[in-house]
Amino acid sequence: MTKKLGLKRKGKDAEPTKEVAASSEASENEEEEDLLQAVKDPGEDSTDDEGIDQEYHSDSSEELEFESDEEGNYLGRKQSSSAEEDEESGDEEGEEEEEEDDSEDEKEEESPGTSKQKKSDDKPSSSGAATKKASTKELAKGDPSKPEYQDSDTSDEEDIRNTVGNIPMHWYDEYKHIGYDWDAKKIIKPPQGDQIDEFLRKIEDPDFWRTVKDPLTGQDVRLTDEDIALIKRIVSGRIPNKDHDEYEPWIEWFTSEVEKMPIKNVPDHKRSFLPSVSEKKRVSRMVHALKMGWMKTTEEVQREKQAKRGPKFYMLWETDTSREHMRRIHDPVSAPKRDLPGHAESYNPPPEYLFDAKETKEWLKLKDEPHKRKLHFMPQKFKSLREVPAYSRYLRERFLRCLDLYLCPRAKRVKLNIDAEYLIPKLPSPRDLQPFPTVESMVYRGHTDLVRSVSVEPKGEYLVSGSDDKTVKIWEIATGRCIRTIETDEVVRCVAWCPNPKLSIIAVATGYRLLLVNPKVGDKVLVKKTDDLLAEAPPQDVLESERIKTAVQWSNAEAEEQEKGVRVVITHFKPIRQVTWHGRGDYLATVMPEGANRSALIHQLSKRRSQIPFSKSKGLIQFVLFHPVKPCFFVATQHNIRIYDLVKQELVKKLLTNSKWISGMSIHPKGDNLLVSTYDKKMLWFDLDLSTKPYQTMRLHRNAVRSVAFHLRYPLFASGSDDQAVIVSHGMVYNDLLQNPLIVPLKKLQTHEKRDEFGVLDVNWHPVQPWVFSTGADCTIRLYT
Amino acid sequence: MRRPKKYESGEATQYISRRAALRKLQLSLNDFRRLCILKGVYPREPKHRRRAQKGSSEIKVLYHTKDIRFLLHESIVWTLRDYKIFAKKSNRDRAIKDFRNLKRRLALFPEIKLDHIVKERYPTFIDALKDLDDCLTLLFLFSTFPSLHLIPREQSNLCRRLTIEFLHYVIASKSLRKVFISIKGYYFQAEIKGQKVTWIVPHYYPFKPQSRQEVDFKVMSIFVEFYTIMLGFTNFRLFHGLNLAYPPQFPSSVLQDSEDSLKDEASFVSDRIAALNFDLLRTDKVQEDEEELDIDMELLEQDGDSKRIIKMKQEAQEVSRLRTLFKGLKFFINREVPREPLVILIRSFGGKVSWDSSIFAGSAYDETDETITHQIVDRPSLATQYISRDYIQPQWVFDCVNQRTLLPTNKYFLGETLPPHLSPFVDSKRDTYIPPEEKALLDPSLIETHAQSDDDSEDEAEKEEEEAVDQELLDAQLQLAYQQETAEYKKYGGPDGVNEDEEDPEDDDEEDDDDEEEEEEEVDEKTKRLQEEKQKMSVQSGKVHKVNKRQVHKAEVDEHRLQARMVKPRHRNLFRKLIREKQTKEKEEWLLRKKRRTIEADNKEARKTAKREARKEAAAAAAKASKLGK
Repeated sequence: MTKKLGLKRKGKDAEPTKEVAASSEASENEEEEDLLQAVKDPGEDSTDDEGIDQEYHSDSSEELEFESDEEGNYLGRKQSSSAEEDEESGDEEGEEEEEEDDSEDEKEEESPGTSKQKKSDDKPSSSGAATKKASTKELAKGDPSKPEYQDSDTSDEEDIRNTVGNIPMHWYDEYKHIGYDWDAKKIIKPPQGDQIDEFLRKIEDPDFWRTVKDPLTGQDVRLTDEDIALIKRIVSGRIPNKDHDEYEPWIEWFTSEVEKMPIKNVPDHKRSFLPSVSEKKRVSRMVHALKMGWMKTTEEVQREKQAKRGPKFYMLWETDTSREHMRRIHDPVSAPKRDLPGHAESYNPPPEYLFDAKETKEWLKLKDEPHKRKLHFMPQKFKSLREVPAYSRYLRERFLRCLDLYLCPRAKRVKLNIDAEYLIPKLPSPRDLQPFPTVESMVYRGHTDLVRSVSVEPKGEYLVSGSDDKTVKIWEIATGRCIRTIETDEVVRCVAWCPNPKLSIIAVATGYRLLLVNPKVGDKVLVKKTDDLLAEAPPQDVLESERIKTAVQWSNAEAEEQEKGVRVVITHFKPIRQVTWHGRGDYLATVMPEGANRSALIHQLSKRRSQIPFSKSKGLIQFVLFHPVKPCFFVATQHNIRIYDLVKQELVKKLLTNSKWISGMSIHPKGDNLLVSTYDKKMLWFDLDLSTKPYQTMRLHRNAVRSVAFHLRYPLFASGSDDQAVIVSHGMVYNDLLQNPLIVPLKKLQTHEKRDEFGVLDVNWHPVQPWVFSTGADCTIRLYT
Repeated sequence: MRRPKKYESGEATQYISRRAALRKLQLSLNDFRRLCILKGVYPREPKHRRRAQKGSSEIKVLYHTKDIRFLLHESIVWTLRDYKIFAKKSNRDRAIKDFRNLKRRLALFPEIKLDHIVKERYPTFIDALKDLDDCLTLLFLFSTFPSLHLIPREQSNLCRRLTIEFLHYVIASKSLRKVFISIKGYYFQAEIKGQKVTWIVPHYYPFKPQSRQEVDFKVMSIFVEFYTIMLGFTNFRLFHGLNLAYPPQFPSSVLQDSEDSLKDEASFVSDRIAALNFDLLRTDKVQEDEEELDIDMELLEQDGDSKRIIKMKQEAQEVSRLRTLFKGLKFFINREVPREPLVILIRSFGGKVSWDSSIFAGSAYDETDETITHQIVDRPSLATQYISRDYIQPQWVFDCVNQRTLLPTNKYFLGETLPPHLSPFVDSKRDTYIPPEEKALLDPSLIETHAQSDDDSEDEAEKEEEEAVDQELLDAQLQLAYQQETAEYKKYGGPDGVNEDEEDPEDDDEEDDDDEEEEEEEVDEKTKRLQEEKQKMSVQSGKVHKVNKRQVHKAEVDEHRLQARMVKPRHRNLFRKLIREKQTKEKEEWLLRKKRRTIEADNKEARKTAKREARKEAAAAAAKASKLGK
């Protein structure tokens, strides 16, 4: 390929280019590097334009090509063309192959004159005459460092013309070869240096800047000065051929003057003078159509279109309210209107509506949950209307409203617009329900630990209390004086004054023992009588079963205790929690929660005998109670209350409390209503005739309710709770069976102090007066009147 | 008999999920959305969601099955399908560059016709008026929009045209009732045929480019598409109700043959219409609004005077007063003031208005007109001022309309700090916080007392300050005067001597009493005891039993609390909620009250210090002057 190098230098072309190159080389080094880039690029492009090139090539004869070229070349090529003709005639076989040679076609564009010389290249074995017509393009690919003769000598070996055609050469990137030569041998890629080699060459080789890589062969090609001059001309936008003279005189081949006489002597046809009949017909048809209104002018059409474009409005509704029967959507729910703005939204609101620092902070903090904000905007104050900007969220708000309108599910809901007061049941005023205790009038101090239990003498003069400091104290109610203190061995869990006014006995539950104490207060005859009664045990006529014997032992108190007033001791097999008297004062019942199926016991005082009423345990017994009139026995387990008939020995009723843990019970003196207190803050009122479910559930307390008590005479009941409050309520039971009991909370008495999560432990009523006693964890007993 | 299966009847068949609806209607989600917006079909909230969704508990969008079946018969469903076909075919034409066919197709673009939907959604005219709020607010917004990708120029132009027409109606019918400048825009409320129609006009330049997540203009544009049609028909009927020509035209008197009008009549007219400053052409010649109103009043009087009638009468009187609020006043709007809202206000209440002709077409007179009574300005100061007119800030007009009287202008003068602008939409009888300004408006007597107390306090402050100044500056003079006085006393000794004499005997008497008591104790204890007993026995004046109010209140509260615990368990949650709401309301009120108090205290303090300083300066200056004089 490089063999034709030298020959190209012949004639007038060679010398001037050399001169130009020499003169410009020194000064334009940088420019030239840029040019190189420019050269490389078109080369790549040309590979893509394969199709066009081929077309061009196949269509045009050599002469035509030359004509398209500049004048200067035109003449020069004429000479060479004759030579080419010779050549063509000589070897016609070459022509076909020539067309395949795409790489040369590309170059043809740059220097069209060279195409002929390429043809000579097609046959490497062609004669010397062919080699004379070396083209500039071939020159470009030649290696200038080698002398001419060397090239010619080695021409046979070195002609590594690639035959792959005009394809993207990167297809061969993965292979060692880069294509195939004429003999269908692989053209191996020349060894590629790495970047360091490149750099070294850049340093060492003075001609590096004018070396380009031939993409087809992968070999470096040094550009000649001529090429560079050519490139420069192209880049600068001049005509590539420097011999072309743009300003040479114009040769007027055809005259521009208008001749008076026609050049040709043929007269015009008659048709050209006469109007066309067919056109006339067509026009008349159109005129008729226009006249008849079948057709419209473009202007009219335009106007009509304009008029038709906008919507047309007319009287859609004839009257304001008349309703035309039409299909509508089913059960329409109109969207609610937006809320109207308040003062805060004003551009100049009263100053208190503006946010202070705290509110601003809060507002900003709720950025992720804007629905929680107090206002959906931040109030702002502007000095004048001029300063008010457009609201930044206005568009968004309108958009959200649109979304609401078509995307928000709608339903008709009745909005409850009531006052909270309306929900409170209508009850009589407490003032109409007097008397009831309202103030604390006495505090009984003396105990040193929490007071568990309190009980009042049936006549209402004395009071007994049992405490965790292992003492039982007897107080005079009116003066608050502690008359007697009876010390016991263990914590006193419960005390109960015998309700029979003819006896003066207190039952004291302390540890495992139940003590029957004669308090020795009040009527001395009564005291004496009681002492006599309890002095001796009545003869035992019935043999007691083993089950009872192991559970209970009756015994007279020992001398030491006799002095304190203890008369009889009933020793149980488990610690006693609660003791309660029957109304007549002969029977008493005790509760031992740990006693399993023997946890409830009934003792008969007159016969000094005990019974175990239940053979099976139905749960952890919390509380027992005698019915005031009937022979019934109430047993409260944790969840439920069972009522047993003691005569028939059977279960009468089971009351469902629906609570977690029952703490106490109290029965109305008439025996038809039961009040239950629970540790889950509730009090339950059972109407025993009505149902087994509570008639009313009261949540008056804020903490566990410890105890409840009915008054014997007044329609009152009281409850004590761990929230240190005693709540006195009105609980009226009517004789009329149809009328439901009336329950009215009357007064909250909260004077006890809190100690270790405990408040009020026990409440009890005075038998005659509307006075209530409460014992608390603060070691006091308080009287409210 | 076939056993009924689950979810084959009842609520499950009443509702249909959106997915199923799409399948049934054979529409894409976009088309379905468009159809729903245009037809006013919305999702429903079922009573039992689980049952309505055939057992699934996730939240789906549910529609009434009947609604969807109703959509099935809608004619615009076919138009929507035609759109799809049109898009396909025209895209094909474009792709194969068949422009002739494309042009033909574009001319045959399937137009959607919504007239029947308007009638169907609003069977009566009143229904349409009820739904006008959203429509007007949206159209007023869109009328300000530039041409956007999704909102064609024509649409915003149409919005502008229709809203202007509506404003013309409002002006002509004088139906505007309340106005409010909010930070969001201007709220207007008109009463049209007994319906309250409220709309918002945004402040200048409301348009801002928005991200698609924030605002989807496509959806809004569909709404506008429907609302324009609806407002057009509404306007048509409203205009005819007032015997005005629709579309609005001017009487020939306005259209004088000037150069402008001859040049481009269409744009000339549309400009003048947009100016809102001229009466429109009427189809009848007589104006009898006032007479009609009088007749109404008489009828009301005849009916008798139950409370409701009296109230109605008062309302009617107020409205009639409002309609002629600005009658006889001439306004001029300065260039910095937003023109349109003010023109609406002034013109609807009978005033005359004009503006600088360079801002907008249609100004009636110049600033130099001497008959102008009010000039609305919104700048701190003005170079040339006419003495014959009041220079007021725009808020005056709004406040006047809300108060339905002409307020004194002194608080609204040029450069004054404006009083707060209150919302007219709040209920004056509400039980939440009412700012003192509003209270003053409700009860005019409060204004005076408030002012008086202010004056008093200021006077007091002044006195205090005077004293302070005296003490500081005139100590020497005082001392001098005092010395002179003492000297005078010494010289004459008249009245002062008498006083001293009088004082002395009193002291003696006291001493005497003491002596006597001692003697008594010493001499006779028994008699004393007797006396004491007697005193005990005797009737003494009873002490007034003082009721400890706090204790009584506490007792009442306790009682109430106890009673509140008796609320039925099924109402307990509701009760708690109500109580909580009440508490938050009270807290809010308390907070506002507290803020107001602190603000007022601060203001007072600031005023005091300012005055004191001013006085000090003045005194210092005076002292200096006196020194110089000496």
